[in-house]
Amino acid sequence: MKIELRHIHKHFGPVHANDDITLTIPSGSIFGLLGENGAGKSTLMKILSGYFHPDAGEIRVNGSPVVLHSPADAIRFGIGMLHQDPMDFPPMRVIDNFMVGYPEGLTLPRAAARAALESISARFGFTLDPDAFVGSLTVGERQQLEIARLLWLGAQVLIFDEPTTGISAQQKEKLFAALRRLAEAGKTVIFVTHKLEEVQILCDQVAVLRAGKVVGQTRAPYDLDALVRMMFGKAVSKGQRTSAPLGDVVLQIKRLAVEDIRLRIAGVNLEVREGEVIGLAGMEGSGQRHLLRACAGLVRPVEGEIWVDGENLTGKGYHEFMRRGVAYVPAARLEEGLVPTLTLMEHVILADEQRGLVIDRQTALEKTRDRIATFNIRGRPNLPVESLSGGNQQRALLALLRPGLRLILMEHPTRGLDMESAIWVWETLKRRCREERTAIFFMSSDLEEILHYSDRILVFFSGQVSEPIPAEGTTTEQLGQLIGGRGFPSGKEVQP
Amino acid sequence: MSSHEILIGLAGVLFAAAPVVFATIGETLTERSGIINLSVNGTILLAAMASFAVSVSTHSLWLGFLMGMAIGALVALTVAFSSIALKQSQVAVGFVLTLMTRDLSYFLGNPYMGLRGPRVQSLPIPVLGQIPIIGPLFFRQDPLTYLSFILIGAAWWWVFRTRPGLTLQAVGERPEAAYARGAPVHRLRYLYAAVGGALVGLAGPTYSLSVKAGWKGTISGLDGIGWIALALTIFGGWDPIRGAAGAYLFALLQWLGLVLQPYMPNIPSQVLQVAPFPLMILTLLLVNIGNAEWVDRTLAGLPPDARRWVRRILRWMQVVPPASLGVPFEEE
Repeated sequence: MKIELRHIHKHFGPVHANDDITLTIPSGSIFGLLGENGAGKSTLMKILSGYFHPDAGEIRVNGSPVVLHSPADAIRFGIGMLHQDPMDFPPMRVIDNFMVGYPEGLTLPRAAARAALESISARFGFTLDPDAFVGSLTVGERQQLEIARLLWLGAQVLIFDEPTTGISAQQKEKLFAALRRLAEAGKTVIFVTHKLEEVQILCDQVAVLRAGKVVGQTRAPYDLDALVRMMFGKAVSKGQRTSAPLGDVVLQIKRLAVEDIRLRIAGVNLEVREGEVIGLAGMEGSGQRHLLRACAGLVRPVEGEIWVDGENLTGKGYHEFMRRGVAYVPAARLEEGLVPTLTLMEHVILADEQRGLVIDRQTALEKTRDRIATFNIRGRPNLPVESLSGGNQQRALLALLRPGLRLILMEHPTRGLDMESAIWVWETLKRRCREERTAIFFMSSDLEEILHYSDRILVFFSGQVSEPIPAEGTTTEQLGQLIGGRGFPSGKEVQP
Repeated sequence: MSSHEILIGLAGVLFAAAPVVFATIGETLTERSGIINLSVNGTILLAAMASFAVSVSTHSLWLGFLMGMAIGALVALTVAFSSIALKQSQVAVGFVLTLMTRDLSYFLGNPYMGLRGPRVQSLPIPVLGQIPIIGPLFFRQDPLTYLSFILIGAAWWWVFRTRPGLTLQAVGERPEAAYARGAPVHRLRYLYAAVGGALVGLAGPTYSLSVKAGWKGTISGLDGIGWIALALTIFGGWDPIRGAAGAYLFALLQWLGLVLQPYMPNIPSQVLQVAPFPLMILTLLLVNIGNAEWVDRTLAGLPPDARRWVRRILRWMQVVPPASLGVPFEEE
């Protein structure tokens, strides 16, 4: 199906999110939509999939204009979208999820749905257990489920919004293979991303968006430097790998075991020194988060010991760890890191040392202004945090970390951030390593990030933890294979 | 006590539990869609009073029941409307409504205090009623009790086995995802608020025209039932069968309170009458204790075997609310 977008405009308040966008997207190929965060990619795709109504402009399907009132309308025209955060129902079973939204009948078409799921899965090499709970699946499997469901409903156009966020290298390969097969089968595949490498290996042609406008369109093979200039309006690069000199031991983990109902990690031994950066690699849910949370005192280990600066803190709570200079930065910024509805200034007050009863607003205001300037946050002291963009929320979180910390524990420090913000975040963190001798312990699903910024890497596979590997000299391929389970004693999950 | 007396007593428990079953299942359906209707307690009182008044004046039981259900639906729709259209807090509105409807029932019900009115007659089912034990328990009841039996199965089937039921679960869980799949979220929330509210309302006349026939104002003994139904909805994990089981447990505890009284003369009768309420709270506590962080921390100190078993039991008991319960939703 050929899709034409003609002169699409969309405003959100004062922001012109889509400014006169005209694109023609052919069927039977993979069409890339590249741009940094806030460029208007998602808005445009939500217009095409019926979530938003354009303020002006027209959508044509195979040459004839259509008006899409809702996402359900879009799927009737054969247009389906996979969201960055899978739009499914975690407490339900796979098969029930598959059937939600099936348009007709009183009773559920269980047998037909099972058969359809099986045949689509077989065609694309998906491995989905119809009776598993969706909440127990990886993000990659949830995407597979969503692809299968949209195909079952007869989708001809599939939109993928940043689908590689939060999935492993193996799953990414599988996803890309599925996308290629979809294109071969004559479907229209639209791939939205801010990662150049993905455009390079996957897309037949690409359109670049910047500040709501289409700034260029090219076909493979690509000139990467030209694409970067189109994306940012200037050249941007990650810079060289740097390491801070190492000092005394900050964190010592001895024969540590942590468990919850699903997973157990055991026998972790590690010493982290001042200024060192340790990356935790592995598929989502392989135990990285357990280790991080244990090191912050948020989870009590079932065996082993945790020492901070030569003091045994095993079994102590988060506040005890915090007093020793350990800080924890969660991935869910708005859920766990920041307090929605409170302003930036109120956050600064909360994060500061608590003294006195009455808030000294003048000092707080000065402090907040100061942090806004140093951390380059786009926002005012009295703005509620939820009104900031993702990149600025992450900057705010970093601005709230007190100076002189011993150890920073981070989940996905740059998830969902554009390249510029991500580089900025790491510059700030590395400066802490160099100047304040802080050690950093972080998990990420972005292998490049782990290889580029860590000194040593721990690889997690279903609760098993590797010996520390030096990041220097390790390639993305090698790391990808380790994450997939190569070199671990067994591919089987360890039972709690 | 003879076995015959016990049988009669247990049949009485099933009979007395019928209104609690109606209210619990009604609330379960409403909450499954994401609307939390806290007005249940007052609604039951107002529906009980109004349907009794209507039946006394018109000599029609049917009109009485219709009145009760209409009141229930109307109050629930008020909660839904103020949440969906006016963006008000469901908790605040529901709470005010429960107080208002309760006081209205006492105030407006004054002229009908202590009047004699019509009541639903029992309707033994011919052949089935003769089966030993099962007959007297299940098939020599009044039509409302039969309806409560049917409703439990029907509600369960609807929620877990039909396509609209699956959509209902989806709407309560993640309305934005349900909307993406074509569910008219707001319309469904109004619908289930009305249907669930009507069932809550049905509990009123089931009391005033059958279980505790008549209207006696503040001493009708209905105040508090609605809160129990709300608790049972949670205890039942938003599952009609588990919720109904809770209703029967509650009725059983109340009955035991009455029967045990002669055997425990030292305990004041009030204690036994009030006992079901704290016992219900205790049950709720046990069901959800697995969520608490301190439990997790304590468990980490146990030996591995014990840990595994306790976790398994806690997980089995644990219930998960519809994720969007009480949260408003915006289309586009």
